[in-house]
Amino acid sequence: MFGYAGRILRVNLSNGRTRTEPLKEEMAKKYIGGIGLGIRLLIDNSEPGIDPLSPENPLILTTGPFSGTVAPTGGNGHAFVAKSPLTNGVGEAKSHGFFGAELKRAGYDAVIFEGKAEKPVYVWIDDDSVQIMDAKHLWGKSPQETEDIIREDLGDYYIRVAAIGLAGEKLSRIACIINDKTRAAGRCGMGAVMGSKNLKAIAVRGTKDVPVAKPEEFLEFVKILHERMKGPATVKYRTLGTPQNVLVHNSLGCLPTRNFTNAVFEGAEKVSGEYLNMRFVTKIIGCSSCAMRCEHIAVVPEGPYKGTMARVEYEPLWAFGPHCGVDRMDAIIKAIDLCNYYGMDSISAGNIVGFAMDCYEHGILTKEDTGGLDLRFGNAEAMVKLTEMIGKREGLGNILAEGVKRAAEIIGKGAEKFANHIKGLEMTGYDIRGLKTAAVGYAVSFRGADHNRHGAYALDIAGKVDRFKFEKGRSKLVIEIEDLYMIIDSLIVCKFSRGVYYKGFEDLAKYYTLVTGIEMTAEELKKTGERLSNLARLYNIREGLTRKDDHLPIKVMTTPIPDETVSKGSYITQEELDFMLDDYYAHRGWTREGVPTIEKLTELGLEDLAHIVKGKL
Amino acid sequence: MSHIHTRKFVSADPEKCVGCSVCEYICSFEKEKVFNPLKSRIRVVRLDTIVNMSLSCRLCEDAPCVAACPRDALKQSETTGIIMVDEDKCNGCGWCIEACDYGAIMLHPDKKVVFVCDTCDGNPKCVEWCPEKALDFITKDVLAQKSRISAVKKLFQETLRT
Repeated sequence: MFGYAGRILRVNLSNGRTRTEPLKEEMAKKYIGGIGLGIRLLIDNSEPGIDPLSPENPLILTTGPFSGTVAPTGGNGHAFVAKSPLTNGVGEAKSHGFFGAELKRAGYDAVIFEGKAEKPVYVWIDDDSVQIMDAKHLWGKSPQETEDIIREDLGDYYIRVAAIGLAGEKLSRIACIINDKTRAAGRCGMGAVMGSKNLKAIAVRGTKDVPVAKPEEFLEFVKILHERMKGPATVKYRTLGTPQNVLVHNSLGCLPTRNFTNAVFEGAEKVSGEYLNMRFVTKIIGCSSCAMRCEHIAVVPEGPYKGTMARVEYEPLWAFGPHCGVDRMDAIIKAIDLCNYYGMDSISAGNIVGFAMDCYEHGILTKEDTGGLDLRFGNAEAMVKLTEMIGKREGLGNILAEGVKRAAEIIGKGAEKFANHIKGLEMTGYDIRGLKTAAVGYAVSFRGADHNRHGAYALDIAGKVDRFKFEKGRSKLVIEIEDLYMIIDSLIVCKFSRGVYYKGFEDLAKYYTLVTGIEMTAEELKKTGERLSNLARLYNIREGLTRKDDHLPIKVMTTPIPDETVSKGSYITQEELDFMLDDYYAHRGWTREGVPTIEKLTELGLEDLAHIVKGKL
Repeated sequence: MSHIHTRKFVSADPEKCVGCSVCEYICSFEKEKVFNPLKSRIRVVRLDTIVNMSLSCRLCEDAPCVAACPRDALKQSETTGIIMVDEDKCNGCGWCIEACDYGAIMLHPDKKVVFVCDTCDGNPKCVEWCPEKALDFITKDVLAQKSRISAVKKLFQETLRT
């Protein structure tokens, strides 16, 4: 095969057995790779209703067909897929850097980790040789320390490592998996699944060539993409970076502030992308094979967190900043660094700190609960301290490490009102009370509260639609982007590159064929996107999720935006949400309960999974 | 002027290099028609998130790799300074690797002989492709000139702005 390695590796951590099986071309074309292939393997390799943190939940690691080639942003990706310990539905998270390319060169399109090791181990994949190694000396170490020690132990400084930190070891449901020191497969608690298997790290060395079907034409196309990547489509990522959003969102009244109490932040200037770049960003670096470079590395020059270094993107900046009422960039950078150190999803962690602050402000949590921390909104140092406590599962942090939904249930006393999540996954930095196209995308997203499954906020923010009113047929726009994003995450090209595929599916289909040699039309690829969207829905239905799980955070549905801004007064009623869901399901060809019909499944070539919907139609 | 003044080699500017390894992929493709950084003549070093740099052969005068080879498998071109490997003579013993201060000469993963940058006959593809324009095909003299110019520019940045 071209592009693909043509092999899936199975590692059983319970009995130590490993074996490979072929990835057939038909399967490859139908599910592409990345999260598409991962979700199909998850369905095929797990029983319904399992506990996500039990040995029965497989952790699936995939690469894309482009991984290991010079395809810009596509050459370096990998994804983790498993049942999410936060949502009990599909859990998936992608990451870039260097790890995915190395895994492809070792000769694998996917690795399925099954069972649970008796004691802490790491898996050492050295081309065809796969060994399960003792990780006693790595337990308790950060992902960064783990990477250094493994390289030293194995005596090769170019080995790539993906590892969990303390949060993953302690089964924090917001734990992530970090590779190449700063890159995270962040969302959905994949690090907790890895920790539940006693799997500390995955180390890879790959020496094989990655053949491409039509190398000369492929390189020509890559050259065109390089040019486009230097153009307007990526200018935001190359200059201020995603933190540019802070002032944009603030001016539009959609910058969630103080745990969605406000949608405007008075301290926005001090946590803006402009301020960050002027005072903190030291260098902008890039992933393997990328022509764009987007990683804004910030260093704190002075104060209590002096010398702290972290990559800063909008979402974590928002989560620890405006969302906690914090206007101190040094503290935000410190909190992000702590997330990398303990191996936590920085979006979820910041969301949870803001939730705890809201509870504190409302007397639901007191100093007795917080171990003396004055958790008022805006207390930067308390925010940093609580982040550390969540990482270590100390004190109140032990409860909060369960994720915002479960933490609110444990705390009780009405804390649920302040827990901003969808399906159990913590909310991200868009105030969807006044972004109603995005709102439907958030509600139906198969992995819970997430802007990256639909990108529909872009339509609202660019003013292409009336963002305060949802009309019939609007869902069609959301579905189009969802299906495209499914392909982007299955090829595993970076979302930041989405603007350089000028002809959308047509460009991506051509790209796919040049690499793999497998014929693919724009129409077929679009259909594949739809197939994969339905596939993810099927998994969630199999695990018991229904229409009622396509909800929005309580605050979004009960509290109008109070600020003197363009979005003042906006929120989403139950009636409006029902209207949105009816419209969305209808355009998907699903029942009113959100279940794909047999006809739809047959049309998409998913008839072998029809048993999942039987009895639910 | 001795040849060392006119010899051009591939040099990376650490200020601009982001460690993306496009140069590695392009080199392996140009030389061996495959995508595999292990077959690249230029290599990226990422020491830390903010310390990145590519390295390749610097065409030393009286190259120590040539002197170190006990089998006379390496020769240096008098004009271009390129190191030429006689693959029939080389047995992969690694003395040249030890002699090189820059890790620029390496053992080939398949062929078991050493390989090194040949500047693509004076038209290095890595320089052409570098998305950051961090790579230069340049003589040591011009490198020094550029450093001086940028140092002075830094010193007088206020004046230059006005």
